[in-house]
Amino acid sequence: MRFIKKDILDIKSLELHEIEMILDTAQGMKEISERPVKKVPTLRGKTIVLFFQEPSTRTKLSFDTAAKRLSADSLSISKSSSSIVKGETLIDTARNLEAMKPDVIVLRHPSSGAAHLIAKRVKASVINAGDGIHAHPSQALLDMMSVREKKGEIKGLKISIIGDIAHSRVARSDITGFSKMGANVFICAPGTMIPMGIENLGCTISPNMETCIEGADVIMMLRIQKERQGNILFPTEREYTMLFGLNKARLNLAKKDVIVMHPGPLNRGVEISSEVADSECSLILDQVTNGVALRMALFYLVAGGGRNADLY
Amino acid sequence: MRTCIKGGRLLDPGKINEKKDIIIKDHLIEAIVDPEDIETRKDIEIIDARGMIVVPGLIDIHVHLREPGHEYKETIESGLFAAARGGFTAVCSMPNTNPVNDNRQVTKFIINRSKELGFSKVYPAGAITQGSLGNALAEIYDMKQAGIVAVTDDGKPLENPNMMRRALEYCKGLNIPIFVHAEELSLVDGGSMNEGPFATFWGIKGIPNAAESVMVVRDIALSELTGAWVHFCHVSTKESVEAIRQAKKRGVNVTCETAPHYFTLTDADVKDYDTNFKMNPPLRSEEDRQAVIQGLSDGTIDVIASDHAPHSVVEKDVEFDMAAFGIIGLETSLSLSLKLVHDRFLTMEELIIKMAKNPAKIIGINNDIKPGNIADLTIIDPDVFYEIDPESFKSRSKNSPFSGIKVKGRAFLTMVNGKVVYLNDK
Repeated sequence: MRFIKKDILDIKSLELHEIEMILDTAQGMKEISERPVKKVPTLRGKTIVLFFQEPSTRTKLSFDTAAKRLSADSLSISKSSSSIVKGETLIDTARNLEAMKPDVIVLRHPSSGAAHLIAKRVKASVINAGDGIHAHPSQALLDMMSVREKKGEIKGLKISIIGDIAHSRVARSDITGFSKMGANVFICAPGTMIPMGIENLGCTISPNMETCIEGADVIMMLRIQKERQGNILFPTEREYTMLFGLNKARLNLAKKDVIVMHPGPLNRGVEISSEVADSECSLILDQVTNGVALRMALFYLVAGGGRNADLY
Repeated sequence: MRTCIKGGRLLDPGKINEKKDIIIKDHLIEAIVDPEDIETRKDIEIIDARGMIVVPGLIDIHVHLREPGHEYKETIESGLFAAARGGFTAVCSMPNTNPVNDNRQVTKFIINRSKELGFSKVYPAGAITQGSLGNALAEIYDMKQAGIVAVTDDGKPLENPNMMRRALEYCKGLNIPIFVHAEELSLVDGGSMNEGPFATFWGIKGIPNAAESVMVVRDIALSELTGAWVHFCHVSTKESVEAIRQAKKRGVNVTCETAPHYFTLTDADVKDYDTNFKMNPPLRSEEDRQAVIQGLSDGTIDVIASDHAPHSVVEKDVEFDMAAFGIIGLETSLSLSLKLVHDRFLTMEELIIKMAKNPAKIIGINNDIKPGNIADLTIIDPDVFYEIDPESFKSRSKNSPFSGIKVKGRAFLTMVNGKVVYLNDK
């Protein structure tokens, strides 16, 4: 099998076998992080630019760690330190980066489609680390990796996603990815947070939280983005928690071996109670660990021996 | 010196629809004669119009010429050249230039510039409010004396309903139409394409149909209150079409236009963040597209106007949500609209009503083909097949979503004041 994609832009553009190849590769990469010397020379001499135009701790650190464990040279620029603040366009910035001959550009950007835009203009591989409300493929892939690791198989699982679907690129990528892998995806949120036609991505809208998580194998809670909206989408956090917060009592409606996920950062006591977040069934920290392995896999596949070469 | 347009089918809806020749002397139509009546004389220049349709000069009542202020996107010269190439003998220019056309100096500048050029004509629209800011009425009478034919704050809505009411009352007295850009900004809420499954798929914030129709409904109510004439620009939704249909049935003084992209494309065509598919209002659903066609067929929609909105790569070659709204249309409008005739949604006569006669009526000019009238004429070649190529456009901008589309029919010749300003002799 060969991995021939130049860019990782979203989940919908990945074929099922490509997703499986990424997950398999990531599983193999995981062991490297367990070693006393957590570094392999695979991408020595490769340059990876982390271009983050939105605040991020976890994702950026995860990509950076992944690059370093593969011995790539990673450098990062942020919005405030780039010429974007001087009025340079995204395309011009990307072209200038390209002139320095990077192998991979990891882009996070507040505009949907930003990664698509630069992918067309640069020779380097582009990995979308989140574009607007469109896609966050590496997050969805690490979610799939974590579920597969725990459950053995994704096919046939009931996966419940609760929260601000409308403004969540993670939700869009997760819905697309998990349904592609054969899971039954259910979503639930206040009417203000369900975008028109979301069912077309491969999910069912549940009428309420209880129906949504009843018998679930996986519950994924999304962050309520307090910083983004005033109180036009829901009245108070208190009322949101009453309707859509995940607590112990609601968790009991799910399967006994349910796993709980969250892309972070958590609003403890809002969408998820501390009791649940810290419980045995919480996979939240495993997601972070797998994130590094998954991103190592992406770098390897697009910039290492992976692309256009036999993998095994 | 006389010119004779010979051998074509002369079509002036409701008046003439038969093979006739037209004799033009200087800038006027001198005579309409039966084909056999003309002897070829030395002093008559013949335009061979066999196989063609000769119609009253087409008028596009919704065009952004960008000058003064945004000459890097379009100039009066390049815009009017594009108009001529598209078969339009006249356009109505929108006032959102810099400075805004909210006073007689800007109006005079535009008109004088177009007269210097001497090809397609401009009938400017002035701003309703000073600076199109929505706070205080502009000097509409003074601009009318200088040559404006309508007022509009196009590009944005007049948000304050009471301001709109007073504007309507004021304009009623001056007998000048208000062109309404119907948009409720709070419902647009930062969206940049039609709200629906495709916006959700691409992760682009959506603009609901209601952002347009609530404003249409409001201004129908204000037209009923004041008795003043409201003309709705670029109608794109089924709800707007239905509201206007019902208003017309009640006898409310409303007219409206749509643009070719609203009956040609839908939000399903918005792909890969191509900003040439981004305009305001946005491309809607297939259901809306059908409703717009129905509205054209049953007469609810009076006019086809292009909403020609030139933008350079500076505004377009960027992230989708950051890109400017708008596409150019002068050089594709006729070909795309002719498809409605080929597909039998409209007769050729009805199409000419919507592209020449009703526009003329709305801006208060007479473009009948009759002796003594100004010779502003368009000759249409209805059968030629070609592929749209923005590189061939005379417009200074290339932001068209129709690149590579195959169409049938286009302008063969455009005549303004008896002078040929465009001839497609290929």
